[in-house]
Amino acid sequence: MKRAKDIHENSPWQDLTPGGEIYEPATSLLFNTGDWRTQTPVFLEDKCKQCLLCVPYCPDSAIPVKDGKRGEFDLMHCKGCGICITACPFDAIVWKEAE
Amino acid sequence: MAHLDRLSGNEAVAVAMRQIDPDVMGAFPITPSTEIPQYFAQYVADGLVHTELVTVESEHSSMSVCMGAAAAGGRAISATSSAGLALMYELLYVAASSRLPIVLAVSTRALSGPININNDHSDAMGARDAGWIQIYAENNQEVYDNYVQAFPIAETPEVRLPVMICQDGFITSHAVENIELLEDEEVKGFVGEYNPEHYLLNSREPLAVGPYDVTHYYMEHKKQEAEAMKNAKAAILEQARRFEALTGRKYGFFEEYRMEDAEEAIVVIGSTAGTAKATVDMLRAEGRKVGLVKVRVFRPFPGEELARALKHCRAVAVMDKSEGFSACGGPLFAETRSALYDLESRPKLINIVYGLGGRDVSTKDIAAVYDRLHHLAQTGQVGEVYTHMGVREEV
Ligand code: SF4
Ligand code: SF4
Repeated sequence: MKRAKDIHENSPWQDLTPGGEIYEPATSLLFNTGDWRTQTPVFLEDKCKQCLLCVPYCPDSAIPVKDGKRGEFDLMHCKGCGICITACPFDAIVWKEAE
Repeated sequence: MAHLDRLSGNEAVAVAMRQIDPDVMGAFPITPSTEIPQYFAQYVADGLVHTELVTVESEHSSMSVCMGAAAAGGRAISATSSAGLALMYELLYVAASSRLPIVLAVSTRALSGPININNDHSDAMGARDAGWIQIYAENNQEVYDNYVQAFPIAETPEVRLPVMICQDGFITSHAVENIELLEDEEVKGFVGEYNPEHYLLNSREPLAVGPYDVTHYYMEHKKQEAEAMKNAKAAILEQARRFEALTGRKYGFFEEYRMEDAEEAIVVIGSTAGTAKATVDMLRAEGRKVGLVKVRVFRPFPGEELARALKHCRAVAVMDKSEGFSACGGPLFAETRSALYDLESRPKLINIVYGLGGRDVSTKDIAAVYDRLHHLAQTGQVGEVYTHMGVREEV
């Protein structure tokens, strides 16, 4: 069985699955789509009230929650859409200045 | 034991479908293929098949139903014509690139416009580059036989491509002929059980079908698809060999009719081959060295084999029942001329676009083509290469 972790951008065509089929779940964990991002959100933890409103708004599930609290952005999957910035009622998310 | 029956081409296809007893049919009517789902719906109602008949609101949806069913691990079928096939266009590519072995019966018909419901090949030829295997029939017996062979070809692991089984709308789809049918058990035995390696309903293996393909993978997947189409050649011949062992009826990529010593030949697809064979017999009786190649498999295109069959001819007319608007000839002509290019010495070639929108073709018309070829072979003067048969014009 061909596994997603064994298929990469240098794999010859013979090593790919027919039609790009994927035979296992959660392979997006292996794939860095964060590099599509042109702008990056920054989490200001001291302003955050842990209301968790930003979490369901993120279209890419890029805000991890552990023990009822949100953590740092998952920048391997965040697309920089900024929806979380708009959703946050406490200005606890801002754009990264340098960009 | 085989038995004789008299059936229209559409009914013959429906009988083959009943005998195969596929899992799902996406059904939507369009002239002249409407009878296929109509007959099949009766079989479903009568409990003769276990097929899930999904009546949908468009051909876009009937092909989508087929894709879902095939991805789930079932055998999926549909039937269509003309604008219906055109409405499937987007899905045809997705079905092929997702490597889903669907079988689609096409009763070929002109594409609008001007609107016309009669036969030509513009619908199927428009879909020729979608990644589907295409097999064409001359008569009712052939469309039945081709249909029985379709699933084993499509499901060959090295192939995994969808198949179009094409017949000429009305000319064979509605004409009733005597045909030899296999027994249900023989067809079931020939087609066999379908056990795909990967399928969506397999609870032990999560599966994603048709994921987004980024630039780094798309070409490799297209290369796989192109290789699968090359592999289809061996699969088509293998199933023809098995079919001949079962029925005695012989099939290949094309049929050569009186080609042994032929100097002038016609290349044609579909029912017109019957008319052309009668013409060949007439001219042979007069001592003319004429022959015919009837192309059965258009995708994959049997270029090398066709070049071998034609290489001894002096003049060849390629007849296209569709207008490709390339301004230099129809699709069969383009493929055939390309196939002959690698020969050391080639026959002179002309293209005749004919029979569009149901325009009739008689033995007289075909005899005129052979006369033109004869003149060409004698004088070496090709004249106009790309011509239209029987069009009224001021001269
Ligand atoms: S919406 Fe703002 S305050 Fe609420 S959890 Fe997210 S970052 Fe913290
Ligand atoms: S910027 Fe968009 S993708 Fe990134 S964490 Fe915020 S909502 Fe999610």
